[in-house]
Amino acid sequence: MTSEAKDHAQLADIFNKDEARVDWHDETLWWVRAKRDKAVHQLPEWEELREAASQIKHNVLSNLNSYLIQFEAQAQANGITVHWAADGAEHNRIVHELIKAEGVTRMVKSKSMLTEECHLNEYLADNGIEVIDSDLGERIVQLAKEPPSHIVLPCIHKKKEEIGDLFHEHLGTPANLSDPQILTEAARVHLRDTFLTRKVALTGVNFAIAETGEFVVCTNEGNADMGAHLANVHIASMGIEKLIPQRKHLGIFLRLLTRSATGQPITTYSSHFKKPRPGQQMHLVLVDNGRTVQLGREDFRNSLKCIRCGACMNTCPVYRRSGGHSYHTAVAGPIGSILAPNLDMKKYADLPFASTLCGSCTNVCPVKINIHEQLYKWRQVIVQEGHAPALKKVSMQAMTWTLGSPSVYRAAGKMGRWVMKYAPFAINNGFNPWYKQRDMPEPPKESFGEWYRKNR
Amino acid sequence: MRVGLFIPCYVDQFYPGAAIATLQLLEKLGVDVAYPAGQTCCGQPMANSGFEHLTHGCNELFIKNFDGFDYIVAPSGSCVLHVRDHLHDEHQEDKAKDIRDKVYELTTFLTDILKVKSLPAKFPYKVGMHQSCHGQRGLHISSMSELVAPSFSKPGSLLAMVEGIDIVPLNRIDECCGFGGTFCVAEEAVSAKMGKDRIDDHLEHGAEYITGVDMSCLMHMEGLLKRRGSKVKVLHIAEILNGIN
Repeated sequence: MTSEAKDHAQLADIFNKDEARVDWHDETLWWVRAKRDKAVHQLPEWEELREAASQIKHNVLSNLNSYLIQFEAQAQANGITVHWAADGAEHNRIVHELIKAEGVTRMVKSKSMLTEECHLNEYLADNGIEVIDSDLGERIVQLAKEPPSHIVLPCIHKKKEEIGDLFHEHLGTPANLSDPQILTEAARVHLRDTFLTRKVALTGVNFAIAETGEFVVCTNEGNADMGAHLANVHIASMGIEKLIPQRKHLGIFLRLLTRSATGQPITTYSSHFKKPRPGQQMHLVLVDNGRTVQLGREDFRNSLKCIRCGACMNTCPVYRRSGGHSYHTAVAGPIGSILAPNLDMKKYADLPFASTLCGSCTNVCPVKINIHEQLYKWRQVIVQEGHAPALKKVSMQAMTWTLGSPSVYRAAGKMGRWVMKYAPFAINNGFNPWYKQRDMPEPPKESFGEWYRKNR
Repeated sequence: MRVGLFIPCYVDQFYPGAAIATLQLLEKLGVDVAYPAGQTCCGQPMANSGFEHLTHGCNELFIKNFDGFDYIVAPSGSCVLHVRDHLHDEHQEDKAKDIRDKVYELTTFLTDILKVKSLPAKFPYKVGMHQSCHGQRGLHISSMSELVAPSFSKPGSLLAMVEGIDIVPLNRIDECCGFGGTFCVAEEAVSAKMGKDRIDDHLEHGAEYITGVDMSCLMHMEGLLKRRGSKVKVLHIAEILNGIN
């Protein structure tokens, strides 16, 4: 994003120009939140599961170095080639080298928010490699040349009619299709050809087990399996925080993940990858890209517990009414707003303020990340680091001066109420964002303080 | 029992009725209440905007005004949560801690400390109860729809004591109204949309009044209601519990 790029408030303002669309977006995601509620309320042990998962991840983050070494050794013993990438650029170079070594220019990729974070598709396109995203939602946004707007539901901002138009343009389906079943079938045929012809497949990783050196990929469409099983080379990209200590811990996370994400009891496919099949290469790229920096930030460390379920997005009343693209980062919504400033504090200085701090995100988080408290803390860090807008700084200083003295406060209050009563045009105008859609409160004839002095 | 009445700045300036009702209600219940005249603001507007480092003046003043009371009670969940979480003073941290422990949101004070079992109030209207997030998710004055836990509501249990009141159901029982402090102007579009959606839920269910424990949320919704020319009014819960004539 360049310096003249728009911030969350401006992008959300644009999104809100079409109120009917905002209503549709809000209701669609609220429906997912309601499904999640229904699913979790069937488990009396739900809160204990969340606590257990949170504690397991706490253990992982506290011992990340040793778990990573254990995992690497086990994976190598299984026949997996392990690569380490300090940042997104290194990750992208590693993936590119592996594709080149296979002598191909095309790759199929299943869902991986990490590759979005690293901007892998753009990098490979610049290097003459064609990537086809095989997750249906990701394929749709890829055809639309847009990033995903949601980590679990990448094209949730698109209506089925718009998807019909995209398919008509890119896949040659008849015009004006909007039946989800017909559209899905068209995508299925198109992707089937991709699966059969790609020699290299990249998948994400949901969980990696230190004890066994295996990794687990969760999809609802089976697209990761289709890609990986048919390719000569399987590359799996994972953030270093995806580890869990032992296989027995996996059940807790699998029970939490999809109930939180979509209200399903479990993902349709929870596939374990442990070793390459004979003749196949299996590569695993372990990516840091700022995670160790975040690990060093005590207040923000446990944001790395995130298992990317998207529940915080579905419940967030701001996300639902501003759309994922307003967050101008790979991972949108509340969790994205506490992860992104770690990567670039200046560029993402607006995101921790794109919240009312209502706390619903924290309550739905399956690993109990205190998201709204971290949003508050990021605000303090961002201001201290000098990324607050100048006007805001001046108004906050003026407010501090006014509220620091009872006599100044009383005089200012009296003056304010006088102006509202006798010169309302000074407040009720286009320069006052409050007044754009809301009336000002009726100024009372006296403050409570004044009333109290007269009556008690 | 000596109680210090903490009236949030914007309630003092714009909604004295909510403050008067709080005072009268506590007096009616036999509490010895005093309003320290030198109070201004808890400092939340600065802190939530990322300027917590500028709040030491407010903190000092708050301690000066409220030191020595048995309890401090305010008709606000949000301001109380701020004091509970963020009132500090390096020169008198013991006093700051004491105040953090003694500050109560009004309805919690009524249910948990005074253990009120009945109220002589009557309010024969259809009322929508807005759950203000900081009171609910921050101070836990009501159960939360996200959690698998027993259902309860401290403000709800008090409203149930009011004769003739008809609490309307809502589609989304605890969604944020979008006020959010400076969020309401910094993110004007989303804030207003959230508020419109909230009031629509109340209107759809026939509410004649919208009430809650935080006047700030109600001020925001009142602004939207007035703009659309609605006859539906907002009232702080203290005004209903105190009895309206």
